[in-house]
Amino acid sequence: MTASAAAINAIEDVSFGPAASKRDWAAWTTVGADGRRRLELAVDNVDCAACMGDIERAAARIRGVASPRLNLTTRRLTVALERDDADLEGLLTALDAVGHPARPFDPALARGAASTEMRRLLTSLATAGFGAMNVMMLSVAIWSGNVTDITPETRDFFHAVSALIALPCIAVAGRPFFSSAWRAVRRGGVTMDLPISVGVTLATAYSFVNTLTRQQEAYFDSALMLLFFLLCGRVLDELMRRRTALEAETLAALRTDTAVKIEPTGELVETPASKIAPGDLVLVRPGERAPVDGVIARGASEFDLSIMTGETTPVAAVVGTEICAGACNGSGAVELRASRPASGSFLDEVERLLRAAGDARSRTRRLADRVARFYTPVVHLGALSTLIGWLAAGADWRTALVNAIAVLIITCPCALALAIPAVQVVAAGRLFRDGVLLNAGDAIERFATVDTVLFDKTGTLTEPERRITDLADIDPALAGRAARLASRSRHPLARALAMAAGATENASATEVVERPGQGVEGRVDGRRARLGSPTFCGVAATKLAAAEERRPRATFIAYREDDSEPTLIAVEQRIRPDARDAVAALRKAGLAIEIISGDRPDAVASVAAELGVGRWRARQTPADKIARLEQLKASGRRTLMVGDGMNDAPALAAAHASLAPASGVDVAQVAADAVLLDGRLKAVPDLLAISRCARSAMIENLAFAIVYNVAAVPIAVTGHASPLVAALAMSGSSLVVTVNALRLRSARAVSGGERRLVEARA
Amino acid sequence: MTVLIYLVPAAVSLGMLGLAAFLWSLRSGQFDDLEGARWRILDED
Repeated sequence: MTASAAAINAIEDVSFGPAASKRDWAAWTTVGADGRRRLELAVDNVDCAACMGDIERAAARIRGVASPRLNLTTRRLTVALERDDADLEGLLTALDAVGHPARPFDPALARGAASTEMRRLLTSLATAGFGAMNVMMLSVAIWSGNVTDITPETRDFFHAVSALIALPCIAVAGRPFFSSAWRAVRRGGVTMDLPISVGVTLATAYSFVNTLTRQQEAYFDSALMLLFFLLCGRVLDELMRRRTALEAETLAALRTDTAVKIEPTGELVETPASKIAPGDLVLVRPGERAPVDGVIARGASEFDLSIMTGETTPVAAVVGTEICAGACNGSGAVELRASRPASGSFLDEVERLLRAAGDARSRTRRLADRVARFYTPVVHLGALSTLIGWLAAGADWRTALVNAIAVLIITCPCALALAIPAVQVVAAGRLFRDGVLLNAGDAIERFATVDTVLFDKTGTLTEPERRITDLADIDPALAGRAARLASRSRHPLARALAMAAGATENASATEVVERPGQGVEGRVDGRRARLGSPTFCGVAATKLAAAEERRPRATFIAYREDDSEPTLIAVEQRIRPDARDAVAALRKAGLAIEIISGDRPDAVASVAAELGVGRWRARQTPADKIARLEQLKASGRRTLMVGDGMNDAPALAAAHASLAPASGVDVAQVAADAVLLDGRLKAVPDLLAISRCARSAMIENLAFAIVYNVAAVPIAVTGHASPLVAALAMSGSSLVVTVNALRLRSARAVSGGERRLVEARA
Repeated sequence: MTVLIYLVPAAVSLGMLGLAAFLWSLRSGQFDDLEGARWRILDED
């Protein structure tokens, strides 16, 4: 045995032991406000209240772990560490034992947990609500008093109290708008926040002057109510974004981006993948994914690159082969020396395309921004011409100014600012129940206008795991023996075989030797048996070619006993059960459908034929996919890209709208507009239908808000906008807009997605 | 109507009490897990 082979065997020996690698826990914990170290864990299978007690009790029993608390909303467990030697491995084992496998969060990735923005908004909202209610209480008294018999002293007193309440409340509640408007102005841009800030500031200042000069009217209530309604919109918006961020992080943590690092001392330490530096040695065991890009330093195996290239045939890897992050290791443990993505490498290419594609998409302007762009100058010009008009008509300065301010107050885009967030939140909540997680609120607008759907094949139309598909054609006794040998191997294909034939480990084969990159050899029921690649088992090339022709999508492994004829076993990624229905529903709704894949032409063709899709392209690189999208875009089509792999990520970012299943790689999910949580393709037509309903609700809301303002402006211009009119206009329009958004919630049942899609297009 | 001089500030300060209570509960994390809180009251310990 050579030195290198001995080393690999040594690695395999240690790496398969249960407690062989220890985690570098310091890298996972953060120091809390009270100086104690805290650890946050994503917990799986949390779906009921009973889990909460089980998990917390299990965690509390662990040495050194204090005050465990499970957040049922985010499905995260937070524990404080009382001492440095807290038994955190024990914690994971204990949670696993009660049926809730947990994974620690990489603190570097936990962005959504910092809920400071939400708290800031809620503080503002509460302050605005308090101020608006109390000032309104006084205002109603003044309004009714003005038409009856209020004494000027009482009115002045009420105004003074209103000012005392309103000024600090507006300062606190208006902060989000003032700071955002200021940032926009400094950048030279215009957002909705600018007219809001100007309107609120002028209304407050004017009311304050009126209070000091003991006039009849003050608009404190309008300013506060305006802030209150706008903050409702902001809170809803933030709520949606936070839920998305939290869910995405939990998904990522449960998929474990951990790496087993080999210390110079030979010790194995489990660390977050983000903490691996170039030059570090990383152990990749069979069945695991390479956590970082690297070059194989020791060992041999084969890697499944399907999640990256869409190509389903595994690629052989020996010392010196470059492997990129995400590749799935087949049969042998290998040591990987981490490298930066070399210029021109696959990942680098993906990243470059991703950046370029993302830039291009951020240029498509959102509905709200487009409205803001014309709304703001029109309103400000309107106020200015009111001022000039009244002066020209011979009014005094004071009247002219008052009426100009009234125009600004009454046109403050209260309903406009609520129009879109309200719809987005209701639609996002609805989609979430259907198993779709939106990454961006404005994605709904883009989903609604889609007319072409591009599907990736591998992992999207097909199931991500590979399964044995022709087990029924094989003699059951032979299949059982093959499965027993397979149960001793860690290779994903062998696992699939063992699972399919239902082998248990205790009745397994003996004298098993794993031959990295080839297969596994051993003794089953006294027969010498081999399971592995067709060449390893001595399958004739003609027989293999014939089998490949019969099943173009399959990868083949073979099983051979003694000197008998080897048996070929087909392993393939099956088409998702609901793919056909989803494709049919989309086609019925009049959408063009295409399959675009990195896999072999015959494999793609067979899937296309089975689903009845006429247009397909095979062997597409990430750049090819983008080129196809550009081509479609140039012909005026709006494309939805559905894909899960690394090779789809740039296309997902470049497409008009995009969708990734939760089983895909991180990059794909980050690049996509939405994630299919349970991988049901049936949700695609539903998503499009709901988006279309949502978009029409948005347009209705915008139209209503604009009509409302247009109707209200003449009242203000002619000087009839009393504080009472302003208050009624504002709350009335906000209410209508919100109720219209809530209609989406009670839109028809989920199952008839296809029908709704047809109706929504009509 | 001089009684208003006492009553209005009294009403406003009661409102402020409510606001302070809300802000305190917000800061102490009582709104962080509404889903879990609903079940925790049924938990015996």
